[in-house]
Amino acid sequence: MRSSLLGAMRAVFVRELLLFWRRRTEVANVLVFFVIVTTLFPLAVGPERLELAHIAPGVLWVAALLATTLSLTQLFIIDYTEGSLDQLLLSPYPLTALVFAKLAAHWVLTGLPLALLSPLLAVQMALPDKAMPTLVLSLLLGTPVLTLIGAIPAALTLGVRGGGVLVSLLVLPLYTPVLIFGAEAVAAAAGQEFAATAHLSLLAAFLVLALAFAPLACASALRVSLD
Amino acid sequence: MPEAMFSVRALSCARGDRVLFGGVSFELHAGEALHIRGPNGHGKTTLLRALCGLGRPLRGDIRWRGERVRDLGDEFYAVLAYLGHLNGLRDELTAAENVWTYARIHGGADCDGKTVRAALARVGLAAAAGRPARHMSQGQKRRLALACLLVVDRPLWLLDEPFTALDVASVGALVSLIEEHLHGGGVALIVSHQAFDLPGIRAFDLEHFVRVKR
Repeated sequence: MRSSLLGAMRAVFVRELLLFWRRRTEVANVLVFFVIVTTLFPLAVGPERLELAHIAPGVLWVAALLATTLSLTQLFIIDYTEGSLDQLLLSPYPLTALVFAKLAAHWVLTGLPLALLSPLLAVQMALPDKAMPTLVLSLLLGTPVLTLIGAIPAALTLGVRGGGVLVSLLVLPLYTPVLIFGAEAVAAAAGQEFAATAHLSLLAAFLVLALAFAPLACASALRVSLD
Repeated sequence: MPEAMFSVRALSCARGDRVLFGGVSFELHAGEALHIRGPNGHGKTTLLRALCGLGRPLRGDIRWRGERVRDLGDEFYAVLAYLGHLNGLRDELTAAENVWTYARIHGGADCDGKTVRAALARVGLAAAAGRPARHMSQGQKRRLALACLLVVDRPLWLLDEPFTALDVASVGALVSLIEEHLHGGGVALIVSHQAFDLPGIRAFDLEHFVRVKR
């Protein structure tokens, strides 16, 4: 039973990767959004390097956060309208585990590329080189938290008209702690290096908490939504 | 008389704050099937969703082999297969991929390419294994959804309008698949407003249980 639970989780994971691959232009849109939003700032604020470097941590983090929020509206909606979500709920395996696999795949396809792409965009924001590792690390720790937390309102608003905007309204306030510590970590690394570890540890703590509770909450939200 | 495999007693369901039906009771023994009939909007789909645990009934007792399904929890999902009025397929995946993921997610850990091909062949889609579901007709998608039920061996079938979009030959093929399932000791509940010819099936008219109150 245990090994077949892992088999089921792997099937969910592989299925998501396949689906994303077959709709890769849509997925790429999230990354393009991230690139465009961050590119708008040097254009609007002006090419003053000091000024850009000052706002860079905040801009990069807000852009990553908005891109993740954008991707969340797509998380369950097609599975919901096509009826595959019904079938997922009828699996003999714990729904929490299957939801976890689904969210893991979603992060691998959105959060991970965002984090890996961020140094490139940080260059145009004139972020000091010494802050690059912290930027990537903060996004690697922070974006899974965004995906995990955001999945709960995404599940709750299924079947609600205009659910997409509602997800953003519900989820953005929940994102503030992650945003604050994420952006602060990068800013600290750009200034004096010693302070960043505290912020990163807090982000890691958020991640552990989210990993423990969000899939469970998301699974319950799905059961409520499909009732 | 041996104990019933699937029994429902005094079940009532609501949609929103409107009670749809009440006092629904029936029993199914091994090899028996029930044809649930009724006009649109009387809650046939709601009944089926309540029986498989996707919906929550107002009150009533649903038992599998004498045990309440609520106490069985996830174990109950290991005995049932549900075909909703939605097919539960993804257009981007091929027929074989759809069946394979269904099998794995529903506990068919030993499901390999051979099992998948055999299931597709039984619904007449052997040649379409590598075709994305988006390039299939409505009837073919319906048959693909049925192929998913065949890769997991479940004694309880809950079918919501399984004959929708099927041509005459496919209806006949599906009826014989259900017959085969019943011969193997399974039970089936079929919601359909379409008449079909299945020997020994009992009809259940939901109309008689409709509650007209708010």
